Amino acid sequence: MNIEAKMDVGGIGAARYVGTRQPRKEDGRLLTGRGQFTDDVRVPGMLHVAYVRSAVARGRIVSIDLDAAREMPGVQAIYTQADLAAVPVSFQTFFFTPVEAPVTLLADGRVACVGDPIAMVVADSRALAEDAASLVEVTIEEEAPVVTIADARTGALVHPERDDNIAAEMGDEDTRLAIQPLLDASAHVVTTRVRHQRIAQSPMEGRACLASPEGTNEMTVWLGCQSPHLAARWIALVLGMPTEAIRVIAKDVGGGFGLKNIPWKEEMAVIAAAKLMRCPLKWIEDRFEALTASSHARDQDVTLSVGFDADARLTAAWCDYACNNGAWPMGEDANIAVHMFMWPCYKLPAYGFVTRGWYTNTMGLGAYRGPWAMESLVRETLLDKAARRIGVDPVELRRRNLIYLPDQPHTSTLGIPVEDITPGECLEKLVANVDFPAFRREQAEARKEGRYLGIGVATYIEPTGAAGSMAPMTGETVHLRIEPTGKVVAMLSTHSQGHGTATTMAQVIAEQLGVPYEDVAVYEGDSAIGAFSPGAAGSRQGVIAGGATWKAAQLLAEKIKVVAAHLSNASVETITIDGGMVHVAGAPEMSRPLREIAEIAYGEPGRLPPGLATGLEAQYRYQPPPMTMTSAAHCCMVEVDAETGFVRILRWISSKDCGTVINPGVVEGQIAGGLAQAIGQVLLEDMPYDARGNPLAATFKDYMLPTIFDVPDFEYLHASTPSQTIGGMRGVGEGGCIIGPPTLVNAIADALSPFGEIDELVLPLTPARILDVIEQRDVSGTRASEVVPVAEVTAPVEAAPVAQVSGIDGDWNMVLKTPMGPQAMVAHFDCDGDAVSGWLEAPEGRQAFAGGVLSGNQLKFEMKVEKPMKITLKYDLTFDGQTVSGKCKMGMFGSAKVTGERG
Amino acid sequence: MSEHRIDLTVNGHRHSARVEARTGLGEFLRDTLGYTGTHLACEHGVCGACTVLVDGVAMRSCLMLAVQADGAELTTVEGLAAPDGTLHPVQQALKDNFGLQCGFCTPGVAMTLAAVTRDHEGPGLEEALTKAMSGHLCRCTGYQGIRRAIRQLAGASA
Repeated sequence: MNIEAKMDVGGIGAARYVGTRQPRKEDGRLLTGRGQFTDDVRVPGMLHVAYVRSAVARGRIVSIDLDAAREMPGVQAIYTQADLAAVPVSFQTFFFTPVEAPVTLLADGRVACVGDPIAMVVADSRALAEDAASLVEVTIEEEAPVVTIADARTGALVHPERDDNIAAEMGDEDTRLAIQPLLDASAHVVTTRVRHQRIAQSPMEGRACLASPEGTNEMTVWLGCQSPHLAARWIALVLGMPTEAIRVIAKDVGGGFGLKNIPWKEEMAVIAAAKLMRCPLKWIEDRFEALTASSHARDQDVTLSVGFDADARLTAAWCDYACNNGAWPMGEDANIAVHMFMWPCYKLPAYGFVTRGWYTNTMGLGAYRGPWAMESLVRETLLDKAARRIGVDPVELRRRNLIYLPDQPHTSTLGIPVEDITPGECLEKLVANVDFPAFRREQAEARKEGRYLGIGVATYIEPTGAAGSMAPMTGETVHLRIEPTGKVVAMLSTHSQGHGTATTMAQVIAEQLGVPYEDVAVYEGDSAIGAFSPGAAGSRQGVIAGGATWKAAQLLAEKIKVVAAHLSNASVETITIDGGMVHVAGAPEMSRPLREIAEIAYGEPGRLPPGLATGLEAQYRYQPPPMTMTSAAHCCMVEVDAETGFVRILRWISSKDCGTVINPGVVEGQIAGGLAQAIGQVLLEDMPYDARGNPLAATFKDYMLPTIFDVPDFEYLHASTPSQTIGGMRGVGEGGCIIGPPTLVNAIADALSPFGEIDELVLPLTPARILDVIEQRDVSGTRASEVVPVAEVTAPVEAAPVAQVSGIDGDWNMVLKTPMGPQAMVAHFDCDGDAVSGWLEAPEGRQAFAGGVLSGNQLKFEMKVEKPMKITLKYDLTFDGQTVSGKCKMGMFGSAKVTGERG
Repeated sequence: MSEHRIDLTVNGHRHSARVEARTGLGEFLRDTLGYTGTHLACEHGVCGACTVLVDGVAMRSCLMLAVQADGAELTTVEGLAAPDGTLHPVQQALKDNFGLQCGFCTPGVAMTLAAVTRDHEGPGLEEALTKAMSGHLCRCTGYQGIRRAIRQLAGASA
């Protein structure tokens, strides 16, 4: 029913496909059971893998007895780390930087979380492999685990070789000294704390890997991933193999949501074992493993304080952010993006933060749709709380503080530039289309009957389509050709785990080329097709691949016109292409099908214009602006049952500006999917751990995903302000999962306002936790069960004996802990008395500095850099004999640790 | 492990096989017979992705053993469309309404909706189809397109 007719525009009669609900090209195979997911692929001689996993959270492996398992018929091999160590690995983050706590394929003497893989069984069938795995006897000397962030602050070291349990740290406690006076001087200060539960991303297809060795040193890997290109490059890097030796194929993948950004221990162990055995191995994760032993997400504890003047205008804010990284995160993470993107859409004069990630003996964290989403949740819920406190309407409070188009260009207090964001305009569109006063009247009437309705609003912006500042975040390539048959083939670096990229890209191509949508075939999902891109990561494919196809199709259309003009003895300007026919203005008798042009272009080169390459092909790699911002305002209405604490969502309206909409069906599908996950996070989903480090949600009966009854019909307002990219798209994949949670929490808080505030937001907001507010007592037991957090103790800085500095001249090998992972560099210092000059050299190049000052054993110097953005790095280093340590202030990124030793 | 011979019909094709008593029906359909359109997503009877029709009744193939299907007539998602490729109305409705994204849960959803659409008599089809969706999880779509597809199916039958 939502199929819109193709519209004819202008005099050229070109069919419009962009902006229409074209049926998806992917659906034909997926609806008929003929997709190709990893477990659907079988290779002759293929064996099956099952893992023996740790049942304890922390301890030393005393013994692994494989005898009984080895005797089972059908068992071909059983590996422990002692065996797989024959394949050296160097695990990397998504950003292609080494992880800090070295990851081994299987447990190396110790286990650090429940689910840690200890041994790998290879057998003739999955059932036999699982049988044998159950016969492996592992004895572990169990130790008291570090489970929560509070445990991590004071407990034993998760990784004994490290100094503390801080996995990553950014920001600066010192900035609090600057922010606090501003808060003290504010008319109102509102503080909120959010404790976000741990999330299991839960794609319907779990992780999956089939590794098949080929040739002498090559490997084809069918993999559940989000980009075959990124996966192939990552696998090659981790294994130290040439990239061309690894081919990754992922035709169909049953959801990713960030979890499948990169492969992890289990997939890599399969690939390593396939190398050792020289035979194809398949591992298909079961749901128990998917829930308890796939990387998790969120698990944060955040406190935000915001000052307002008497007119409810923002004055200053301070945030303390902590997240539980688990034992083996896919990259240690303090989530700097939370702070970068918390305020660029608001007029906030001053912001400071400290942000830390903590190691614990829980499953490691991976990415999940909108990894920085906490910025919107904590900010928007605080703003509503402030509106109630100050006595201003929540919409009015936002109007006084949001950045509208006339306010731009604007640079946030942390240095993020914005020049075409529309959160205010989205809010105005929302207010114009939703009758807020009528709802307030209905709410007042309902309260008289003991019914509690609430309305919540949230606004946000989101960085999408990032390219050019982080190693994996690149442009996109399209190879486009018209076959001699006149049909169009596009080979793309994109990947769909439900995104429908074959559909949207074909729409762009069909429109720009002037051919029927049905004539365009899109190939993707194979690292042998297209060129490098990170695929689905960071709401980017529609923006960047859309731009690439847009341009490539234009280039190809130009060539067709040149050929057609030559053949018709006409000028290029008179040629149009429409519906697969090439027309000459004013000479309808000279119209001919594209196929004829194509046959000549390939088969009769003598008829082409002199010097023109044969064939009809174009290739284009699009490098978009570094970031493209998406904006939105959402509104949700709920009814809370004061007897049971159950929440019913009555309406949900999205007012979103994602620029040019290629396919409203696909765009709305992305928004809706994100919102459903938002509803899950606010009301249902939870992956709790007990005090011994056991994950407690082992099935979909424990881990509650939203069902059809939990999700209302969403309503959409599209505010399509074209972006500055080719085609004008803005990313849309993650937004619903970012703006959804605060929208719903605000609606619930509004409904509960007659009873009191949600003092501390602990997710999920179960009926019991809602009754905590309604009954103003600890119905849920959340407080009773809370471990009283020990006041944070900053690790005491050991008073290092001031060693007599023998001179710092020469080379030092240093490591800077950046938000994208540790960066190794060589530093060279030349001293002239107290004045120091020198250079720093990283793989990207060498940069000199001067003007450094050495006082005693302390060196301070500054260096201006251009990437990832223009900032001044301020180094403050202390030398102690052959070692150096200290910090580097990196502008908006806060401070980062520096360590090193003499080179 | 005891082995049993079973004979069954899948999408009109007759199959005979020896299976272990413990082999699940979904596993058997996928691994032994090659009907890989049936997807196993939770293997504990919650998500519904593995739903097939056993003698016309929608069943979760992860909760049924292959030996229990001895003598049965099965329909999997591969058998839903007409032999000439014309999509079943349920498949067409899901396609028309963006009722799927990654497509992993879709075969089970389609089988359940097809069973309810065929069996339901009288008014209330929309409600019956929606209720039947209580046995299915979809992580991608937020159920929006599935609900629109249900309305299309109910509208067509009204």
